[in-house]
Amino acid sequence: MARSSGKDAQALFQSLCTAYAATPTNLKIIDLYVGFAVLTALIQVVYMALVGSFPFNSFLSGVLSCVGTAVLAVCLRIQVNKENKEFKDLAPERAFADFVLCNLVLHLVIMNFLG
Amino acid sequence: MTSTASSNSKLPPKTSVPQSTQYHRLHSLNWTINWPSMAAPESSTATTAVNNTLRHAFGNVLSFFILLLIGVLAFSIRLFSVIKYESVIHEFDPYFNYRVTQFLSKNGIYEFWNWFDDRTWYPLGRVIGGTVYPGLTLTAGTIWWFLNSLNIPLSVETVCVFTAPIFSAFASWATYLLTKEVKGSGAGLTAAALLAMVPSYISRSVAGSYDNEAVAIFALIFTFYLYIKTLNMGSLFYATLNALSYFYMVCSWGGYTFIINLIPMHVLLCIVTGRYCPRLYIAYAPLVVLGTVLAALVPIVGFNAVMTSEHFASFLVFIVIHVVALVYYIKGILSPKMFKVAVTLVVSAGLAVCCAMMAVLIALVASSPTKGWSGRSLSLLDPTYASKYIPIIASVSEHQPPTWPSYFMDINVLAFLVPAGIIACFSPLSDASSFVVLYIVTSVYFSGVMVRLMLVLAPAACILSGIALSQAFDVLARSIKFQLPGFPTNSEVDAGDSNPITVEAKNNAPKTDKTGEPSKDRPSRKNKKKGKEQAERPSVKGKPEKKRLLVLPMGASILALLLLVLLSAFYVVHSVWAAAEAYSAPSIVLTSYSHDGLHVFDDFREAYAWLSHNTDVDHKVASWWDYGYQTTAMANRTVIVDNNTWNNTHIATVGTAMSSPEKAAWEIFNSLDVKYVLVVFGGLVGYPSDDINKFLWMVRIGGGVFPHIKEPDYLVNSFL
Repeated sequence: MARSSGKDAQALFQSLCTAYAATPTNLKIIDLYVGFAVLTALIQVVYMALVGSFPFNSFLSGVLSCVGTAVLAVCLRIQVNKENKEFKDLAPERAFADFVLCNLVLHLVIMNFLG
Repeated sequence: MTSTASSNSKLPPKTSVPQSTQYHRLHSLNWTINWPSMAAPESSTATTAVNNTLRHAFGNVLSFFILLLIGVLAFSIRLFSVIKYESVIHEFDPYFNYRVTQFLSKNGIYEFWNWFDDRTWYPLGRVIGGTVYPGLTLTAGTIWWFLNSLNIPLSVETVCVFTAPIFSAFASWATYLLTKEVKGSGAGLTAAALLAMVPSYISRSVAGSYDNEAVAIFALIFTFYLYIKTLNMGSLFYATLNALSYFYMVCSWGGYTFIINLIPMHVLLCIVTGRYCPRLYIAYAPLVVLGTVLAALVPIVGFNAVMTSEHFASFLVFIVIHVVALVYYIKGILSPKMFKVAVTLVVSAGLAVCCAMMAVLIALVASSPTKGWSGRSLSLLDPTYASKYIPIIASVSEHQPPTWPSYFMDINVLAFLVPAGIIACFSPLSDASSFVVLYIVTSVYFSGVMVRLMLVLAPAACILSGIALSQAFDVLARSIKFQLPGFPTNSEVDAGDSNPITVEAKNNAPKTDKTGEPSKDRPSRKNKKKGKEQAERPSVKGKPEKKRLLVLPMGASILALLLLVLLSAFYVVHSVWAAAEAYSAPSIVLTSYSHDGLHVFDDFREAYAWLSHNTDVDHKVASWWDYGYQTTAMANRTVIVDNNTWNNTHIATVGTAMSSPEKAAWEIFNSLDVKYVLVVFGGLVGYPSDDINKFLWMVRIGGGVFPHIKEPDYLVNSFL
């Protein structure tokens, strides 16, 4: 049972890798950005766990800005992905412009909340 | 906006099919107004194109004027108290808001944010900047500043008095937009007209009722509209606007927790019923992150935005939607066999991790005595909570459960149009209509707990009744139209206005025009699309589309139409009566009719004017907390307790002093530096809500903190 699940896990991992390698480059770039943002958020959480949460608004705004840009980048990826039939007639430039606008608003609020 | 001849028959049906993947915009589907001159002769496509353009333009202009009239109606029905009495601020809470707005207009916004008020809660004071919902005062202050910069010299009081009617006009326009997203513009206009007059909303937004709900209901409806619009369109731009509108709602009213719990509930509903789509993610995830940060920006909410249980639902659903999105993504890129393998692996490993995390979370929440909820929210969820533990919340008359007649008084005819609207929402069921159904169900429950929350029920009732009425008028008018003498009654009739039910029956309509549709959906209001469809029609006409339209007998439908109009007339008459007689009393000016005519009692203002003329500026005035705001605003004296009721012990101290014999009471008041005690006595004219009536609450609240005050001591037959 364990061996077969181990083999299954390996086969699964392999097929995931091959399937992911087939995605277009622009989507991979967005995925990289999302990963970076989440990693930064995790680093901030670990730092807070070590040092204490005294200026809580700074911690909150830092983490929420990372999570926020990750979420917005995922939204951009959804809209730009050619395989999504729903967004067939949405120009990628428009999607990117919306992404930039939303990020502007997010970071304006974060800068205000940072203290 | 007009239901043109050809467009309806070929547009794709709404998302009754789950996981429909069409990027469609709802308002391109014309569910709307019946036009008398419907029979479009297929003689030449050019003339029909011109006809359609004309009808379209006429429809747009007509609905613009209708909306303008609805706004004027909403504004003017709220002016009864200004006409009958004067342009004065009503009740108690609005006086505090008025005083804060005066301060803001005099001293500017930085002083307002940092204002520490030492004229209330005498030894303690109150941090105004951090304990007030700033939306209303900032809105009125901005309007006042803007008008004054244009050299229109309106006083602050005038602006405050008329803020509520103006925002109720905005609210009815927002209702139009929301209902248009759900069912089309005919239903939208009906719902807007109903909201302009619904008595429950009038009661809290009459001219002079300068309270949070005046702007908050507009913000609520507008936020819901933007959420539905984002859900329908999948556009990140509207998601940003949604978050900003939610921010305005958080600034305005404590009821914003309703939004941040209803939207996650709807998202969960969509996921559970298998209607997850990427648009749902775009509608929800940015709202949560942006909304939380924006809510934390408002001082009164602060860190409560991430630490209280009211917000946990949104975070939970945030995690759930990410898991679901990941699952769909992996399902999309793997083959079905590998996906099954993945599922078994993940389920076995992930379940253990999940249980561990849930246990930790539950332990954390259970360790706080109120399970992380605030007192008011707990009293909403458990209606008996307040009367057991927090007598102050229980004593406010607007926190009592409503009686059955108050439903009929407050939403009148809508009370039995709502079930019809709920049924109409299910055919077909889309994300937007499931949201509206969820909204009405939750708001009916909460309105049953507190009569004050009938206000949240009102917009939902108007939306659903608007949908029901509009559908009914649709069917009846169509029945009459198609049975008029000399009208072609064959299958050409797919030229007609389509009932959503019957459009669904044609789900297997030619696929050719379906795929052609979505790419043309973007310029949906543009007439060239309709013209192009006109050109396509002859080619499709080859397949006879036998549409079974719902048609009732002529006599019955005329009678039903008349009865519906009569019903609406009853509603209008009732609303105007309620606005004029029941909800326009300013409650600081009282009238009574006696044998020698009308007496007007201005006792409250006379008393405050006496205080302000005959006492020193530093003298402290003690009264029951009801009159605190009015005393500080009109008499300009320091009070001990006021309507904010944030400090139960302080109120209990005053209550004890009111319930004790003279010597003990003198000791208490002396320790608080009180110089004057204000007591309201209504025995001379039979005024029913004076301090003698409230006396038992003083005893109860005092006894809640000081055990030597026992309620049975104050009752005559205390052994009963």
